[in-house]
Amino acid sequence: MAMTMTEKILARASGKAAVRPGENVWANVDTLMTHDVCGPGTIGIFKREFGAAAKVWDRDKVVIIPDHYIFTADDKCHRNVAILRQFAREQDLPHYYDVGTPRYKGVCHIALAQEGHCRPGEVLFGTDSHTCTAGAFNQFATGIGNTDAAFILGTGKLLVKVPPTMRFVFEGEFPPYLMAKDVILHLIGEIGVDGGTYKAMEFAGEAIERLEMEERMTLCNMVIEGGGKNGIIEADERTFAYVRARTGKSFEAVAPDADAKHVFYKRWDARTIEPTVARPHSPDKRATARSLADVAITRAYIGSCTGGKLTDFASAARVLRGRKVAVQTFLVPATTEIARGIGTETLEGKTLLSIFEEAGCTVSLDASCAACLGGPADTFGRINGPEVCISTTNRNFPGRMGAKEGQIYLASPYTVAASAVRGRITDPREFLA
Amino acid sequence: MSANRIRGQVYVLGDNIDTDQIIPAQYLNLVPTIPEEYEKLGSYALCGVLDAPPYVPQGRTKTPYAIIVAGRNFGCGSSREHAPIAIGAAGGRAVVAESYARIFFRNCVATGELYPLETATRLVGEFVTGDEAEIDLDASTITNLRTGAVMALAPLGDARPVIDAGGLFEYARRTGMIASTAHPDVREAVPVNRVVED
Ligand code: SF4
Repeated sequence: MAMTMTEKILARASGKAAVRPGENVWANVDTLMTHDVCGPGTIGIFKREFGAAAKVWDRDKVVIIPDHYIFTADDKCHRNVAILRQFAREQDLPHYYDVGTPRYKGVCHIALAQEGHCRPGEVLFGTDSHTCTAGAFNQFATGIGNTDAAFILGTGKLLVKVPPTMRFVFEGEFPPYLMAKDVILHLIGEIGVDGGTYKAMEFAGEAIERLEMEERMTLCNMVIEGGGKNGIIEADERTFAYVRARTGKSFEAVAPDADAKHVFYKRWDARTIEPTVARPHSPDKRATARSLADVAITRAYIGSCTGGKLTDFASAARVLRGRKVAVQTFLVPATTEIARGIGTETLEGKTLLSIFEEAGCTVSLDASCAACLGGPADTFGRINGPEVCISTTNRNFPGRMGAKEGQIYLASPYTVAASAVRGRITDPREFLA
Repeated sequence: MSANRIRGQVYVLGDNIDTDQIIPAQYLNLVPTIPEEYEKLGSYALCGVLDAPPYVPQGRTKTPYAIIVAGRNFGCGSSREHAPIAIGAAGGRAVVAESYARIFFRNCVATGELYPLETATRLVGEFVTGDEAEIDLDASTITNLRTGAVMALAPLGDARPVIDAGGLFEYARRTGMIASTAHPDVREAVPVNRVVED
């Protein structure tokens, strides 16, 4: 029977020769990830249900990455990290990335990839909706709640319904001013915030093959904003090079069968996609950047698992080099590896960090989720009033970055940087000749 | 929370009520398995909603509205289980919506906090906040007791017994999917029963 990549991974994980969409299967889990916001509750349920002395099903398959509320004075946030630390100690977990140590990483979805936990053909569940980011590595990856995560901690399995697949194909090459963020915002505008509900979203075509891994991650990261269960991309030499540099574990990628069935199929000429923005308060409120040129902004933000990777900062630097920002512009790297990269990576002889400082940006090198989800009042870059912010993050729901009076426009790092320079929403083509 | 009928006041919302509106991120430092923090989460339920009367009155921990009627894609956004828990902790018992985001629906079932009921037609215009209504789970109907209108709900199917039992673990135990007491061998008990997924 012809299968999609998602179907093949779930068939293998459930010990079946084949599965079809709609079927419920018990999948064996390769990796379970949790963080400081959902980990303490997951651990609480695990202990309540399996007993205080219970052991996790496989220590090597549990990954705990505190990342959300780290650089804050809030006591409960510190208490929550202490719960993770205690659990990691009593379970002797090898993949715990503790705060305040050299092992600290930052935003879980990026750290998972950088630390070699994203492997082709495997099954990853995480207590975070953007776990779908790992689909960029040909992994079946999706978000779950604390109760399901606690069930996995005890049993190593989870019942999953096999999703039907939507296939999005991009022919040719994306223009140089375009980023994966524009592509995914364009798609979400097309299918709506619930267009992918219960479905796998598969990206293919020459333009996707040309994307580097961080850009593919951006694409898969935001499938959840279209309601998708998982995003997935075929593995290629680029994938293998990234993964092999970061793990010695063996893995087996899956490729789609040519005659696999899809519930949705569409092809685009990659050159036709324009710099795209999502207007407040929903990721599917699509507009072209050039059509919003009369929208004045009061701040800009570059960070998060969506738009806080090294590629994102390097792209912003291309626009910001030798220019000044007109509004306060907050920059925060997703992980510590990226924070180091900002200090060492250069563009025309200058480090990204010096380019940002000379442009007048407000840079924090404390890698974390920061203001992507608002967080405690003292969070870096948090919106605390009626700000109009253009951001490389993934959600512009009311109050997402703090105060619910705030308005958030989502865009690519190019568009955010160009808008920061002008003080109004700006098509980056004005700066990228 | 096994019961056939759910009766109470209705709270009306629109489309795409996301988890940041249901429980804003600044309250995610609360851990749902700690009893006083569970109560606290309830007091903040739906406090991020724009342009609506408070779901939980100022200074209270419980809501007067047992039933939420909403439009499409209820619970979109994050996987935070704090969302159905906050509504359940506040005393909400059922949501009646045209559709749900996948993870929210699954979290309602897994926690047993809330009955996520679906409707084939849009019911937002059939109610105003404060109406008294009654849900009949066996008959799959909701009645507006002010207008007398009776409207159909999609049957909950496999999700119902899980929520009736009080969530995934209690259901798994009752049906023999996992051992009835916490025991290290629990992980050997490969679950066989078909239960609801998303
Ligand atoms: S950066 Fe934002 S979207 Fe990503 S995991 Fe953190 S809070 Fe979630």
